[in-house]
Amino acid sequence: MNQIPVQQVGRTLQIEILRHNPYDPASKPRLQTFEVEEADAMTLFIALSEIREQQDPSLQFDFVCRAGICGSCGMIINGRPGLACRTLTRNLPQRITLAPLPAFELIGDLSVNTGKWMRGMSERLETWVHSQGLEGLDLDALEPAMEPELAEQLYELERCIECGCCVAACGTAQMREDFVGAVGLNQITRFRLDPRDERSDAQFYELVGDETGVFGCMTLLGCEDTCPKDLPLATQIAFLRRRMVMAG
Amino acid sequence: MSIKRISGPALSDLLQSLTGLLLVLFVWGHMFFESSILLGKDAMLWVTRMFEGEHIFGQPYPLLVSAVAAAIFALIALHAILALRKFPASAAQYRRFHQHMESMHHADTTLWYVQVVTGFSLFFLASAHVFLVFIQPDNIGPYASSDRIWSGRFWLLYAPLLVCVHLHAGIGIYRLVMKWAPIPAAQTQQVRRRLKIAMWGIIVFFIALGSASLVTYMKIGYDHADRVGERYHGADGRGGV
Ligand code: HEM
Ligand code: SF4
Ligand code: SF4
Ligand code: FES
Repeated sequence: MNQIPVQQVGRTLQIEILRHNPYDPASKPRLQTFEVEEADAMTLFIALSEIREQQDPSLQFDFVCRAGICGSCGMIINGRPGLACRTLTRNLPQRITLAPLPAFELIGDLSVNTGKWMRGMSERLETWVHSQGLEGLDLDALEPAMEPELAEQLYELERCIECGCCVAACGTAQMREDFVGAVGLNQITRFRLDPRDERSDAQFYELVGDETGVFGCMTLLGCEDTCPKDLPLATQIAFLRRRMVMAG
Repeated sequence: MSIKRISGPALSDLLQSLTGLLLVLFVWGHMFFESSILLGKDAMLWVTRMFEGEHIFGQPYPLLVSAVAAAIFALIALHAILALRKFPASAAQYRRFHQHMESMHHADTTLWYVQVVTGFSLFFLASAHVFLVFIQPDNIGPYASSDRIWSGRFWLLYAPLLVCVHLHAGIGIYRLVMKWAPIPAAQTQQVRRRLKIAMWGIIVFFIALGSASLVTYMKIGYDHADRVGERYHGADGRGGV
């Protein structure tokens, strides 16, 4: 009764990792296989930490929160992007292949500079509230309340952790380096929804109304299917497309 | 917000979708007319005469058929030019997409590639077919078409055209809906699943319908191979086509 299932015979996982250090001129990309005894409820994060602690301290990968919040552990897991800290090994076959997210600058092994890409995207799309006369704003005054429903919607879109999975999952982004990706398009819809942002659709059009923006998206829906936060990317992109056609 | 102001990339994207939609509707409608041969030679003769305006004007005007062919050709040209922007632009892009697709094992990504490949094929296959209809509008009919398909070996064009056009049209409509339709986020997965099922159903249906018609034309052409050039005079014995 009420027995917690304990895995009796653990598998020996074979974790194949694409290794490369772009800062070492002698380094060539190569696959290296590590063997790890699978533990109960093991995540890829735990497995990778074990490898680093017990087998190869030079293995590079990123983690901060271990809880799907910081967005730093995105990697290609058996061909598809995902968060390593949110991926249970028991849902994977015994042989697991890991590679760094493509489309981002490689720092080494599984570590990529998503931050740099996201910052570039953010500066280009100006993903912050644009409002006139903020200098004269009385910071002690109570902000006008937002409708709970609207706040809810904003929060939903704000949940993006900028992990880059949607960019790595996007065929368009693979072909066109200047494509802002679902993450960028989603953030535009987020600021468009925000009543504090005074930008008009014409201004948003200037930012995403071209082939590097919403009209570059070919609706492959890789983003929708891989976003670890389950953001409604298909809905948001279709919405933005309709808005931008009207604004164009 | 007026329609007139739509320009640039917004206009290109909208036009690509609109031309695609019109072409799909045309192709699907066209399938039913083309398949009239399944109901017999007289049924197809009736349809042929209808398109030549005979039921309205009292006598056939094949030029009407040429006009429709020209309009379709214009739509295809516009659609292809707009779609060309989406093709992988270099060998490197092509390679990267291929790698990505093979690693992702993701249906919609693969379907896009199917669309590029079938679209590219249609560039030749559809153009050839529409051009033929344009220059020989009077050369369509139960015997004329069957002779062309069998004795003229045009089935070699039509068989691949049939498969390509229906894959391209079915996937295209699915993509159109996902691209533009306001589907609430909570229903996206469900709507998508249903659309996919409908898409495959439609593709299979039209390929089956088209294959049955093509085989019928081939059979009529085979039986008629020693009398190529002779026209079919309907049960009413009037001017044959
Ligand atoms: C003859 C040359 C043709 C070429 C080169 C071509 C090429 C393409 C390509 C590459 C796409 C994908 C574009 C994208 O993902 O944004 C596409 C989309 C589409 N095509 Fe075609 N196509 C052709 C003919 C046709 C025909 C005959 C039909 C109708 C049966 C059709 C219907 C569609 C539809 C509905 C879409 C989706 C539109 C969209 O995504 O906005 N195409 N075409
Ligand atoms: S939209 Fe989703 S996949 Fe893309 S960066 Fe944000 S959380 Fe990651
Ligand atoms: S829907 Fe658009 S943004 Fe998302 S993966 Fe496809 S092309 Fe990229
Ligand atoms: S470690 Fe923060 S999301 Fe995985």
